[in-house]
Amino acid sequence: MTPKFYTLVAAAALVAGGASAGTLDDVKAAGKLKCGVSQGLPGFSTPDDSGKWTGLDVDYCRAVAATVLDDPEAVEFVSLSAKDRFTALSSGEIDILSRNTTWTITRDTDLGITFTGVSYYDGQGMMVPASLGVTTALELDGATICTNTGTTTELNITDYFTQHGMSFELVALENSDEVIAAYGAGRCDVFTTDRSGVAAERLKLADPDAHVVLPETISKEPLGPSVRADDKQWERVSKWVLNALIEAEEYGITSANVDEMMTSENPSVQRILGAGDNDYGAPMGLTKDWAARAIKAVGNYGEIYDRNVGPDTPLKLDRGVNNLWNNGGFMYAPPIR
Amino acid sequence: MSSISDSDDAVRSERSGLAALVFDAKARSLFFQAVLAILIIIAAYIAVRNAGANLAEQGREFGFDFFGRPSDIQILTTFGTWLIGYEAGKNTVFDVFLLSIANTLIIAIAGVIFATLWGFLLGIFRLSNNFVLNSFATIYIELLRNVPLLLQIFFWTAVLRLVAPGPRDAGWLVPGLLSWNSKGIYGPYPLVEPGFSYTLIAFLLACVAAWGFARWAKRRQDATGKQSSVGLVTLGLLILVPTLVFLVTGRPMTIEWPNFVTEGPILRRGFERGIGSYIAPEFFALFLALTTYTAAFIAEIVRAGIQAVPNGQSEAAGALGLPPGLAMRKVILPQAFRVIIPPLTSQYLNLTKNSSLAAAIGYPELVAVFAGTTLNQVGRAIEIIAIVILVYLTISLLTSAFMNWFNNRVKLVER
Repeated sequence: MTPKFYTLVAAAALVAGGASAGTLDDVKAAGKLKCGVSQGLPGFSTPDDSGKWTGLDVDYCRAVAATVLDDPEAVEFVSLSAKDRFTALSSGEIDILSRNTTWTITRDTDLGITFTGVSYYDGQGMMVPASLGVTTALELDGATICTNTGTTTELNITDYFTQHGMSFELVALENSDEVIAAYGAGRCDVFTTDRSGVAAERLKLADPDAHVVLPETISKEPLGPSVRADDKQWERVSKWVLNALIEAEEYGITSANVDEMMTSENPSVQRILGAGDNDYGAPMGLTKDWAARAIKAVGNYGEIYDRNVGPDTPLKLDRGVNNLWNNGGFMYAPPIR
Repeated sequence: MSSISDSDDAVRSERSGLAALVFDAKARSLFFQAVLAILIIIAAYIAVRNAGANLAEQGREFGFDFFGRPSDIQILTTFGTWLIGYEAGKNTVFDVFLLSIANTLIIAIAGVIFATLWGFLLGIFRLSNNFVLNSFATIYIELLRNVPLLLQIFFWTAVLRLVAPGPRDAGWLVPGLLSWNSKGIYGPYPLVEPGFSYTLIAFLLACVAAWGFARWAKRRQDATGKQSSVGLVTLGLLILVPTLVFLVTGRPMTIEWPNFVTEGPILRRGFERGIGSYIAPEFFALFLALTTYTAAFIAEIVRAGIQAVPNGQSEAAGALGLPPGLAMRKVILPQAFRVIIPPLTSQYLNLTKNSSLAAAIGYPELVAVFAGTTLNQVGRAIEIIAIVILVYLTISLLTSAFMNWFNNRVKLVER
């Protein structure tokens, strides 16, 4: 759908109809979750050869759907441009936004949405044609840069160049495919987005090996899901599904062993899976096996990472800072107790 | 007979009060208009109240204070950034708003002028007896107006990228004047020095003089039938007078040519930014797409207009001894104009509104920058969309007003 259409929908939705209070009830009534994803970013949200959506962001939505509806397939994926994603969420077009989106204060306070956690710690990177012979971002003075409009990327790159007293020209395009196409056609000297995105988009180029990713990471990009700010209940569901996936990895619960773990002696595992008398689902309006459903459907955070973006995938992204806290990374979920 | 009309009167007099009102056409129409007005007011009230409640619930405000915020987005170098002198972080959101309007207006104005010229030419080709010209125009028109405009914009963008020289190469686009490569089109830029204003004043005075001469010549022709070479005198006045003043005041202008750098850091090679004049490839692609597309419609309007003038008119002109060119200019076109102008106006409006498709290729006009990037930064959907609607409305109404004025001037005065 066109950008104008979405903006109009947003304006119209604000004007017409009362705000829907309970997204959780709406999702249960509809029998499906409307999840906003990208226009195709390998590893995060992209349709595979058979048209089925796959990726880290996609798996998170499937986990939410499994938790609420007990069916990871009960998701309607809505493909959104970076520019339209927030209006689509605040207007009620989608229930949850899981689209490699950076958590910032402006977005959290100004746009009527709330971030519910971090599903991937990223940072902005840059790619240039190897033929330029550029080895560091500090040699980029005078460059023309292609990026997506409506992104933090757009702002970071301006900060970075101003900070280092370098000049540049920015070509900001709406559709990710257009951005990489413009770069591929030589309109720009530099392609920039989150490092994970650079790795993913590089695969779309005619000759990926003719392009190098520069060593600098010029920003913090904590990517995570977000929901409408006016629905506390739904916010809790979104937040704790993500936490449960991380907790599951910490306690060694996987999609394969989740049924056996039900009988585990470890009280932490029992609490996560809702075994015995433990019921942490009810206060959120969910069943007691809420987390077990999610883990069974998509696996724990580590499984999701390895399947979509890990070293064995075309993206070949090391776990790095996205490792668990006790493995030297940032992934740390508040306890389920 | 009389008895029937008597009973009619009787019925009428019996219908008093409300019943009389119901059967009164005027009262009925007033009633329905009032009901409609009340419904509209209620709907508007509910919409405003809902919007207020929904915004409050999401913790958002309504207001236009965002205009004063600094804008830290980098914007592609275009007419707008040149006009405002835009620098990321130094200008406000309001400057971005003005900049995006300037970019919309410049593409609209350039598009309208060239689409009109090309469209008129095509329309005349279409009526030509020359087989090649005629078939060319027919194929062109049918091809371009039946392919979606967005596709054509992508097409021109892709074609320019394919044929343009590489980012650090240079090629002539117009030999001796405009060079280009995949990063844009580069040309000379006039650097004005103090004292140039005299040349401008001279030019304005020459315009006034030429206008006065044309009036005098017309009056003389009406009175005596003697013709003067108005075209030659006008051209002479407009060129000679400013040139003379320019030379006398000591040539207070230098031309800055684009600077092509071949050495130094690789990203600094190619045309130096900020030297000479520059047109972004996005503008050029959009300009080509809008012009060639709209010209196809204008050509058909022109053809229809010319064909609407009865054949007898050109025969009469021929009988008076007017050569075909003069007959077209003095007899056919003036009469065709009254048919051409109303649909032409709506083509101009279409072109202006279609320029918003530029968002797809990254040309920073009103929808792409203000209703896109800025909206995304400040999150005020209702305010911004309302403003954008108002801007387009204003541009459209001004265009219509101008075209209506022009239409009144050229329309056939019936005696």
